[in-house]
Amino acid sequence: MTAVVAAPLRKRAKRRWIGFAAAFAVLFVVIALSVAVGSRTIPLSTVWQVLWHSDASAESAIVHDLRLPRTLLGLGVGAALGLAGTVMQALTRNPLAEPGLLGVNLGASTGVVISIAFLGVGSAAGYVWFAFVGAGLTSAAVFALGGAGRHPTPERQILAGISITSVLGAIVWAILVLRREAFDRYRHWDVGSFSDRDSGTVLRILPFLVAGVVLALFLGRQLNALSLGDESATSVGASPVRVRALGLLAVTLLCGAATAAAGPIWFLGLAVPYAARMIVGSDQRWILAYALVLGPALLLGADVLGRVLVAPAELPVGVVTAFLGAPLFIALCRRRRLSSL
Amino acid sequence: MRTVVRAAGLSVRVYPRALIVGVVLLLVALATALVNLTTGDFPVPVAEVLKSLAGEGDAGTDFIVYELRLPRVLVTLLVGAALGASGAVFQSLTRNPLGSPDFVGLTTGAASGALIVMLIVGGGGVQVGAGAIVGCVVTAVVVYLLAFRRGVHPFRLVLMGIGVSALLEALNSYLIYRARLNEAVAAQVWLIGSVNGRGWTEVVIVAVTVAVLVPMVVYFGRHLKLLALGDEMAVLQGVPVERSRAVLALAAVGLSAGATAAAGPIAFVALAAPPLAARLSRSPSSGILPAAAMGAALLSAGDWAAQHALPGNDIPVGVVTAALGGIYLTWLLFHERRGARA
Repeated sequence: MTAVVAAPLRKRAKRRWIGFAAAFAVLFVVIALSVAVGSRTIPLSTVWQVLWHSDASAESAIVHDLRLPRTLLGLGVGAALGLAGTVMQALTRNPLAEPGLLGVNLGASTGVVISIAFLGVGSAAGYVWFAFVGAGLTSAAVFALGGAGRHPTPERQILAGISITSVLGAIVWAILVLRREAFDRYRHWDVGSFSDRDSGTVLRILPFLVAGVVLALFLGRQLNALSLGDESATSVGASPVRVRALGLLAVTLLCGAATAAAGPIWFLGLAVPYAARMIVGSDQRWILAYALVLGPALLLGADVLGRVLVAPAELPVGVVTAFLGAPLFIALCRRRRLSSL
Repeated sequence: MRTVVRAAGLSVRVYPRALIVGVVLLLVALATALVNLTTGDFPVPVAEVLKSLAGEGDAGTDFIVYELRLPRVLVTLLVGAALGASGAVFQSLTRNPLGSPDFVGLTTGAASGALIVMLIVGGGGVQVGAGAIVGCVVTAVVVYLLAFRRGVHPFRLVLMGIGVSALLEALNSYLIYRARLNEAVAAQVWLIGSVNGRGWTEVVIVAVTVAVLVPMVVYFGRHLKLLALGDEMAVLQGVPVERSRAVLALAAVGLSAGATAAAGPIAFVALAAPPLAARLSRSPSSGILPAAAMGAALLSAGDWAAQHALPGNDIPVGVVTAALGGIYLTWLLFHERRGARA
């Protein structure tokens, strides 16, 4: 009897490990491309050489001062958004939950705009705190309004996201129309881009990223329990209230850090958990692990694509992800049976 | 409660409460419009404004009223009416309170069309309006085709709209990102939706739209109540279902395109006006005309607030409607949740 049940399980475990290895391989290829490809493409052998022995050549300067920081930023932001999307979808049991659609990104934006316009903050080091406050308040409000515990239907949550987004959007617009210089800075940040971020950005958000990633990964088991429903979760010793609070904290840390560093990036949080679920099924621990690898791979891939598509100019990565992600969202909505939406 | 009026072989059902609500809303809209005519950098007394409108004012008052304020006031009223009517039709057709032009992606599509004309082609005025109309119609067709799968399910239509608008918003913010600062500021103001500095061209655009499409919508809209019962029921009652629906949808798209061409994508009027009018007339769904009157009143009041909210600054009216609409939607959700608990 055990042997009969164990065989498909073992097969599935094998598939998960192979998939994980493949995802890592993809990530490494994308990292290599991200360091090598750009307005001045550098051969991989040269990259490898100057990586370890930096000299005075132009290639060395490009790799160390531009491409490496940018790639690291992409890694961090991608991991953060992938994990944030996964945690959010698990918490809300909503396959369409995504930091952008639920208004968390705009919450962070509002914080940033207020800091730029009224407090004269000019650098990501300053933005990051305001982005956290904005993201935290917004996600708490959306969860509360979307009926977090009692009747959390996906539509209600998206609706709550939209209504809060529109109030915040109005505030942002009013400020930007009145303050031109803030608008100029904002529009470059708002499009979602890695290109003009200075090299220290990733270091500044690093502590928050690490805290968020660790918290999210530790939540896997409890999120599994929560997916059975509140009563079952309580009976296996996972307090739904505590899981939601911790999950909310993780989402806030991850989204706040990612948005402060790179601007609002849409749809990554939607696509990554979806892809992960297709490979590994419904075990949240595996989905989280995959999201940690697939998020950066997708985001860096989009960034490389943005550098290649309209060379020598660049498409901001936020535009590329929206153009890749929105069709996915549309396809998802077309495929799903509407009763389960 | 209703009364049937029969005269010369025609019979018209009249709902007294809806009629009263519609008339009162219209009066409110006109009164706020009059207030908007009197206030501004140079306050003009009501009596002078009325005299000038009757053609007996002095030259200075005439200039202020006819050149500066009247176009803006008319654009506000007409755009509000067009948005209210368009929202009422969309919400009935999709049987969804979210089925407004905002959520079906139409206004974002119109914005993309206008931005492409403004920032890439480099046109102004009428060309921007034309770009907005083309963008709106193309988006409507795309969203409809995407949502079509053995018939159009209303909720799928809204979701497709959200997906398509996300895509177009990315395009819009990219267009603004790569533009020069001056053009970018102008485009951003346009994107928010404003009636500031509108002239007689815009009045004509939206007046023609309203004059042609509102009667059409009202005529074909008489079947909306039956359509709401479901297709089978409507067919049984002898309603040409597909034709009514297609005409109504096209006309509603046209109304929202015309409004957007004149004033930019003003948020939430189309969403909020119909249910507010319905609530006032205590009927489950609002008529098209009360919704239009509600839209005009809302936008007119919104424009007054936009001019007076921050002394010395004329903020775009779209900011006011988005803030109020968001608060309204939040309140609705909150209220509904408390109602569900009780």
